[in-house]
Amino acid sequence: MTRSAEVERAVEGAYRRGWALVLAATARVARDLDLAEECVQEAYAAALTGWTRDGIPDNPAAWLTTAAKRRAMDAVRRERTFRSKLPLLVEPEGTTEHEVAIDEPAAVEPEEVVPDERLRLVFICCHPALAQEAQLALTLRLVCGVTTADIARTLLVSETTMAARMTRAKKKISLARIPYRLPEAAELPDRLRAVLGVIHLLFTTGHTAPSGASLVRTDLVDQSLRLARMLRELMPDEPEVRGLLALLLVTDARRASRVDVEGRLLRLRDQDRSLWDRSAMAEAHDLIVDGLRGGRPGRYVLQAAIASLYAEAPSYDRTDWPQIVTLYDELLSVWPSPVVALNRTVAVSMVSGPARALAEVAELEKDGRLARYQYLPAVKADLLRRLGCSQEASIAYRQALELTRNDAEREFLTERLTGRHRA
Amino acid sequence: MAQYAILIYAKSDVDETEVVPGAREAHDRHFEDMVNSGALVAAFALRPAADTATSIRGDAVTDGPFVDAKEVIAGFAIVEAPDLDAALKLARDNPAVQQGGGVEVRPVEGGFLRDRPAGA
Repeated sequence: MTRSAEVERAVEGAYRRGWALVLAATARVARDLDLAEECVQEAYAAALTGWTRDGIPDNPAAWLTTAAKRRAMDAVRRERTFRSKLPLLVEPEGTTEHEVAIDEPAAVEPEEVVPDERLRLVFICCHPALAQEAQLALTLRLVCGVTTADIARTLLVSETTMAARMTRAKKKISLARIPYRLPEAAELPDRLRAVLGVIHLLFTTGHTAPSGASLVRTDLVDQSLRLARMLRELMPDEPEVRGLLALLLVTDARRASRVDVEGRLLRLRDQDRSLWDRSAMAEAHDLIVDGLRGGRPGRYVLQAAIASLYAEAPSYDRTDWPQIVTLYDELLSVWPSPVVALNRTVAVSMVSGPARALAEVAELEKDGRLARYQYLPAVKADLLRRLGCSQEASIAYRQALELTRNDAEREFLTERLTGRHRA
Repeated sequence: MAQYAILIYAKSDVDETEVVPGAREAHDRHFEDMVNSGALVAAFALRPAADTATSIRGDAVTDGPFVDAKEVIAGFAIVEAPDLDAALKLARDNPAVQQGGGVEVRPVEGGFLRDRPAGA
């Protein structure tokens, strides 16, 4: 490999692994997320030339952090008088040691990077005072280092819309003084829920793209897995962090088998289980066993346990359905979501028959909260089909089609519908 | 320290005479706590909007609150807090949150305050 190719690869690797680390540390000096972002971007550009000239440093993240922080300090000193337009990032008292450093640039020496800095970044991006779509965009930009243009493309909005959303969120952080700090123990459960919610949303958005031609958006799925792994590294003792990582791993383990060669959606029972990623499933299994030990298991651990039971069965028919129903009952008690209740009806149909499940789906229909949820008529249609009520099944398949925007899912439903007509 | 406004919302159709016993006392206690901790700058409770509010939009004067909604502003407070999290903590303790209403927290940009006694 040529020298420059080697450097490029090193910078790319440092970008993927180190971006959040470098930005988090720089934000504390810049006390402004925009300025921090700019300095980090410049530091990566400087690494390309610097590393070609001087060789790749032993600790690329530390090199980049020092370079970015130095730029931030220069900017702060230069613009001190102009920086009164927007308030600075708020940090809790007693942690602003860099205030001293600003007047002493020599104080920035290459350093061991403190990994915990990244957590502040994650928590500020996922602050509940920001709308979830803004949390998602900020996390992708600031924690994952994805460019605004790429985020706009993957989330299917225009670049101007995404840029405006990002600017608005950063402005709120600054004007409303959302602090750059770790949550206190008392607020941690709520705050962590928001973080896990964003990572999970990122995954589900990628796992079944809300609209468009392909079922899976690999880039979003990969980012969400990377974030979940990072969070697990930063908060190794949180059972729900383990649970979320397990859930993503076990769900994504089936990626290769979810569609056939022509991109058509396959039902779980029709998927080729030999294509499943056994090592991801094994990793998930260990995380789940850990998560179920001691204390009342939370939402993600339980969801992961359910997904894992589905995945570990030798075939669809030999799945441990009664155990799945039990886990769903537990899940409903910690997370009473109508979507969970709907998924539970599928397992119920395997234990107590489709008629019993259909009655439960009817209850959910009355409840009304799933009125726009395409999987409700889809589940209903399948139960009706199994009961031999082909006309009612057709009506339900049509309702599902009306609510579905993903092409692969639409094709699947159309086939079921026309299949019924042929029968 | 920054200043935040806490706008207190209550259900518009609640009759003053039906107010749960102890509700007023809960508010008094909450604001006394904030006076003692030094967080409170000022706080005001307003007369019921449905009965007493008058609104002006352009040339038109109308009877009732400015925005026709299920919840109306019942009062407001200005507090001092180091950051949004601290302000939200104060706001969350407001009894309106548990009494069917809620609060909105807004950072204060600037303001005026009379610096002489009334009528002077």
